[in-house]
Amino acid sequence: MKLPPVLRALLHRRIVMLAALVLAAIVVLALGAPWFASIDPNDTAVLQRLKGPSAEHLLGTDELGRDLYSRIVHGARYSLAIAGLTALGATLAGTLLGLVAGFFRRLDAPLMRIVDAMMSFPDILLAIALVAILGASLANVVFALVLVYTPRVARVVRASTLVVRELLFVEAVRALGVRTSRILWRHVLPNLLSPILVQVSFIFAYAILAEAGLSFLGVGVPPDIPTWGTMVAGGQQYADRAFWVVLFPGLAIILTALSLQLLGDGVRDLLDPKLKKAA
Amino acid sequence: MDAPRLSVRHLSTSFPTDGGLVHSVADVSFDIAPGRTTALVGESGSGKSVTSLTLMRLLARSANARVSGQAHFATREGRSVDLLALPEAEMRRLRGHQLAMIFQEPMTSLNPVFTVGEQIAESVRLHKGLDRAAALAHAQRMLELVEIPAAARRVHEYPHQLSGGMRQRVMIALAMACDPTLLIADEPTTALDVTIQAQILALMRRLQAETGMSILFITHNLGVVAHHADDVAVMYAGRVVERAPVRPLFAAPQHPYTQGLLACLPGKARAAGQARPKRLFAIRGQVSSPLAPPPGCAFEPRCDQARDDCRAAMPPLIATGDGRSARCVLVAPSHDQEAT
Amino acid sequence: MTRFLISKALGMLAVLAIVAVIVFVLTRAASGDPVAVLLGDQATAQDIARVQKQYGLDRPLPVQFGYWLRELAHGNLGDSIFLQRPVTQALAERAEPTTLLALLAVAIAAAIGIPCGIVSAVFRGRWIDQVFTGVAMLGASIPSFWLGLVLIQMFAVSLGWFPVSGYGAPGASLPERVHALILPAAVLGLLNSALIIRFTRASMLDVLGEDYVRTARSKGLAESTVVLKHALRNALVPIVTVLGLTVALMIGGAVVTETVFGLPGIGNLVVNAVLRRDYPVIQGALLVVAGIYVLINFAIDLLYAVVDPRVKVS
Repeated sequence: MKLPPVLRALLHRRIVMLAALVLAAIVVLALGAPWFASIDPNDTAVLQRLKGPSAEHLLGTDELGRDLYSRIVHGARYSLAIAGLTALGATLAGTLLGLVAGFFRRLDAPLMRIVDAMMSFPDILLAIALVAILGASLANVVFALVLVYTPRVARVVRASTLVVRELLFVEAVRALGVRTSRILWRHVLPNLLSPILVQVSFIFAYAILAEAGLSFLGVGVPPDIPTWGTMVAGGQQYADRAFWVVLFPGLAIILTALSLQLLGDGVRDLLDPKLKKAA
Repeated sequence: MDAPRLSVRHLSTSFPTDGGLVHSVADVSFDIAPGRTTALVGESGSGKSVTSLTLMRLLARSANARVSGQAHFATREGRSVDLLALPEAEMRRLRGHQLAMIFQEPMTSLNPVFTVGEQIAESVRLHKGLDRAAALAHAQRMLELVEIPAAARRVHEYPHQLSGGMRQRVMIALAMACDPTLLIADEPTTALDVTIQAQILALMRRLQAETGMSILFITHNLGVVAHHADDVAVMYAGRVVERAPVRPLFAAPQHPYTQGLLACLPGKARAAGQARPKRLFAIRGQVSSPLAPPPGCAFEPRCDQARDDCRAAMPPLIATGDGRSARCVLVAPSHDQEAT
Repeated sequence: MTRFLISKALGMLAVLAIVAVIVFVLTRAASGDPVAVLLGDQATAQDIARVQKQYGLDRPLPVQFGYWLRELAHGNLGDSIFLQRPVTQALAERAEPTTLLALLAVAIAAAIGIPCGIVSAVFRGRWIDQVFTGVAMLGASIPSFWLGLVLIQMFAVSLGWFPVSGYGAPGASLPERVHALILPAAVLGLLNSALIIRFTRASMLDVLGEDYVRTARSKGLAESTVVLKHALRNALVPIVTVLGLTVALMIGGAVVTETVFGLPGIGNLVVNAVLRRDYPVIQGALLVVAGIYVLINFAIDLLYAVVDPRVKVS
């Protein structure tokens, strides 16, 4: 009989492993969409509209007769791409911002004030306003979401940087006269990898949800790009007679966001417990 | 000789960790006589705090401690109960009542959102059934008992308004509020200034004289032990290595570890016959990792008097007469007493 | 103490200033001319110039910003281009449904989240903790519009317990209006309870590890008293902070839910204004929403200082 704490850690990791597997499956499906979903997602067939799940159409058809399963699999490409690029962009920008703010005392207050100001706006509202300014396109949605989530990452990275900065070896290296940029790159940054990795995962999840919300409102990507949010928006008015049009894209969103969060949580538990407190 | 207030027999506490089972306390036995003070002495990690928390059953549930042994406590009603086997509800009746404890950190041991009076009164209302007004009055009396000036005002103050020394006095008042017969004091003065230390210790001595309570005093400070303890149990790596009344222990320590501890005292260096001591003594080496204990005696790697058979097995606690015992193969056993 | 207050107030003003700049830059940077949109295809250049002058859109940017700030100082947020009324009035009309929704939603989130978080913390590591933590993570993964549509389908369409959308008929009584808010509040409440569960759990775990909790146990108190009286009172402080900030964020952040349920709230107002390029409304609403958040944040900081003098030291 294994010891309880060890068993618990194992169990936790099992769920994390499952989440990682699900995520991998989703990514594989998205990448290989033409092979996994042979029916053309844009193939409208008015006679087949709003049919329930069947052998021919695994998840049913939408309001224009398009195969829902196929649309979801192909739509995964867009939803994942947008959210993934957002996570990457926000993490890079936020890390830079947080690193500078945490390490250079004089820049800390002004930078954090800007971060505070940006976080005073509700995420969705800021995203809507930004997309409205920039124009509705895939790239602009990514850019807007990057701006929305950068402050969040910046705060976390700054907090971790403050912790690392106080660690003795950083003082020692500074005393040796090493150039600041080298200190940041070689000594501080590697210690921030674990909170940064955790943030990537969570921002990815938030971005999936945010993009879906934007698309649902019709202020996100142009409606001809089939993301999961636009699918739900399109099926909204038929919800009472063909609920699957709303249900299945939503489940796709939930599954992806949940797996990402479980993964982020698992990574956070596994890696450096010292900086876990700051993150 | 009265029956002891507390009689601990073969107490062991182990914690499962990622690296294996850690035996923080192993085979610890000692007695505390009514009205007397027993000091549990040892360095950090020797297991003395864990011993006290085990006796009070205050170990964190998440720690998954394995506890064995007995701790026979003589209650005021004349019964003898095993603290380690009591149902939790009965243990709660003893805690804060006949069995009280004060901790090392007075700065963080009081709840910041309640007044000190309320915190004392809560205990009184629980164990003595007084109503709120009577309990607060009693709380005020307790503050006066521990020599806090302007007690009537202090009763309504919050912990952050009091200094560290005063907070520790409040902790003592809290512990004394329901007339304990045994007070466990876990390094109560370590976090305080030296002058305050002396005051607190004198206060505890006075309270003991007035109430006849026993004290289990946990400390690493030999000076405090010399002045305030009646009996001493020295701990090393989770085990008791020497037991003796205080004066004989200081006069003639029997275990090499105790000898080493006493030799570290600056005063002792001078007494060793040198006109001007050139060097302070320190026991060489470090305590072994609890996950990799030496095969025999735990102190053997650091002991200058070690023999071959010290590595063979853990020596038992050997009675050496006059109420003393030591866990060492070098001592001469007395044949007319049993060491437990 | 006063130095602390002054520094906090200055910080707040700095943030507000940056918020103002952001809002101004955002709305002015938008492409598309709202005046031309308003006047339609038949507008002549003169018409456009006239309306532009009327709305001050022909001056250089920094001058516009200066004028704008001056108007703000007088409490004037401008007039909506499309709604033909002052922005402040438009906001005030929309304030009630949004505010009620936010308060109701946070109440639900707290009612679910706090007890579950406490249980999770007390039984840390056991199955109930795993379940609640898992549920919390699930709740943070559900899109609000989806949950809204699901609940509408179940409770409004199928069971008919609630209106499918809207905020009650014009002139509806308060109970009727609140009734219309129950489903949307349930959506927001359920989703936000996820956050509250995790936060309460973390806060309680912190407090349960404190020395004074051990002291409380050493007094022989029952475990329920230790947890609910000694621990919770301390853990609640940061939790209430989060609840307050959540209300503030919901004032403009419940956009999606307001849209799904057809509620005439502030979020809805902003979305429509964005789609129609109604500058003054966008500006005014963003400013008010962010401003409320900053003010509530500041108020909470003040409260901390008053309630807990230890805060002054940091």
